[in-house]
Amino acid sequence: MPMPYYVSPEQMMQDKAEYAKKGIAKGRSIIAMEYVDGILLTADNPSASLHKVSEIYDNIAFAGAGKYSEFENLRKAGIRHADLKGFMYSREDVTGRSLANGYSQSLGTVFSQEMKPLEVEILVVQAGANHHANEIYRISFDGSIIDEKNFAVIGGKSEAVQTLLKENSPSQAPPLDAALKLCVTALEQTANQKLPPEGLEIAVLDRTRAGRKFRRVSIADVRLILSP
Amino acid sequence: MKLPYLPDHDGSSFFDFVSMHHPELALRSHGMAAVPDQVRAVGQVAVPSATTVLALKYQQGVVIAGDRRATEGFQIADRRIEKVFKIDDWSAMAIAGAAGPCIEMAKLFQTELEHYEKLEGVPLSCEGKANKLGQMVKANLPMVFQGLVVMPLYVGYDVKRGEGRIFKYDITGGRYEESDYHAIGSGGKDARNTMREHFKRQLSEGDAIKLALLALYNAADDDVGTGGPDLVRGIYPTAKVVTAQGIADVSDDTLRAVCNDVMAARRSRET
Repeated sequence: MPMPYYVSPEQMMQDKAEYAKKGIAKGRSIIAMEYVDGILLTADNPSASLHKVSEIYDNIAFAGAGKYSEFENLRKAGIRHADLKGFMYSREDVTGRSLANGYSQSLGTVFSQEMKPLEVEILVVQAGANHHANEIYRISFDGSIIDEKNFAVIGGKSEAVQTLLKENSPSQAPPLDAALKLCVTALEQTANQKLPPEGLEIAVLDRTRAGRKFRRVSIADVRLILSP
Repeated sequence: MKLPYLPDHDGSSFFDFVSMHHPELALRSHGMAAVPDQVRAVGQVAVPSATTVLALKYQQGVVIAGDRRATEGFQIADRRIEKVFKIDDWSAMAIAGAAGPCIEMAKLFQTELEHYEKLEGVPLSCEGKANKLGQMVKANLPMVFQGLVVMPLYVGYDVKRGEGRIFKYDITGGRYEESDYHAIGSGGKDARNTMREHFKRQLSEGDAIKLALLALYNAADDDVGTGGPDLVRGIYPTAKVVTAQGIADVSDDTLRAVCNDVMAARRSRET
């Protein structure tokens, strides 16, 4: 009788991680950066209708890199989680931390138990109100969760973008136009090409807004900000 | 793909989602005992109710207004209750019926529209919102037999058509569009009579608010379930306008001034 072949757990995890990383690196990068009034989300995204960045709740937003169908599924589950919590308790009880934990648990379980890991890397960001700090959570395909400060990058050549931003990021949270210019420059340098405003997906969580803080920045506004 | 630790559901409706996964939060009567007939008799059902709410169209959009009284049998349950709710940036609803389920339905409907907009990336059309509300009223039908009626009046600004629209409902979820004005609640008939006499197409915003408050005043005059302006406590009806610019509250100062005008005109005729 032939023996079932043996693969060590280390080997299996490593193979899965490599597979997921490869999928995520194929895509393009997304940057979340704190600015004076909240958080700016900049995605290198040529599609005008398939969003990588979206609203979750009043002051919480989501960004996903990797396989579209998979992070879209996570995004929808996140909105259901947030709306249910807000309906059951109150709007102020919906927190980015609880959502990030849910994502982490979910991704971790899928990574260890399913045959195929999810090829995604996601960001959950929350604009702090009433002098509370902003929160940026980066969650990887294996469920590992990292609490980032100032900025975070996912997808594509994320490490290269991160290095560039680390060199150039100011000590204080910059105003919106400066933050956007910085992000676009970093994306252009790593992509080695000029990114037109149409190829960018820009959104902000603007804490000066009443109610829902999420706002997409129109192509016209982006062009205006980026024009020298 | 099933995601552990996160809600597992397909579809963009929050109402369907809670009905399926958290029925205790939805408008259902699971496990509720039927209300005995003698308790259901007039004045015995101890749930706050009775109302006049109305909506009327004018040049720029729709005005929607309501009185502030909630009653429990022959008692006043609340003098300051709000019956007109902002639903999203382009619509509002007013409610008549049992206060608890009414407020619950308004909250559920608000969440429903926001949920759909976030999941789909585009808001529902005005017609789509009105139909969805009809389905929610229909889902509440079992509760109606328990004595818990929820009757909404819905107004929205149809951005595509560029006009305000008014929708009324029946308890089975039937949805009917009104072309000019409508009022519901225990004083609804009185308010409709006033509007029938004074309504004109293409009213100005000021005239529309004045007519709305006059109709509410007349309803309060004739109906015990409807509260008039409370001059001692400074409580006046609430009103919102829905126009191409979105939804806006009519300010307290405006409401007070218009109510005072209406009462002054009435006083001069009565003395």
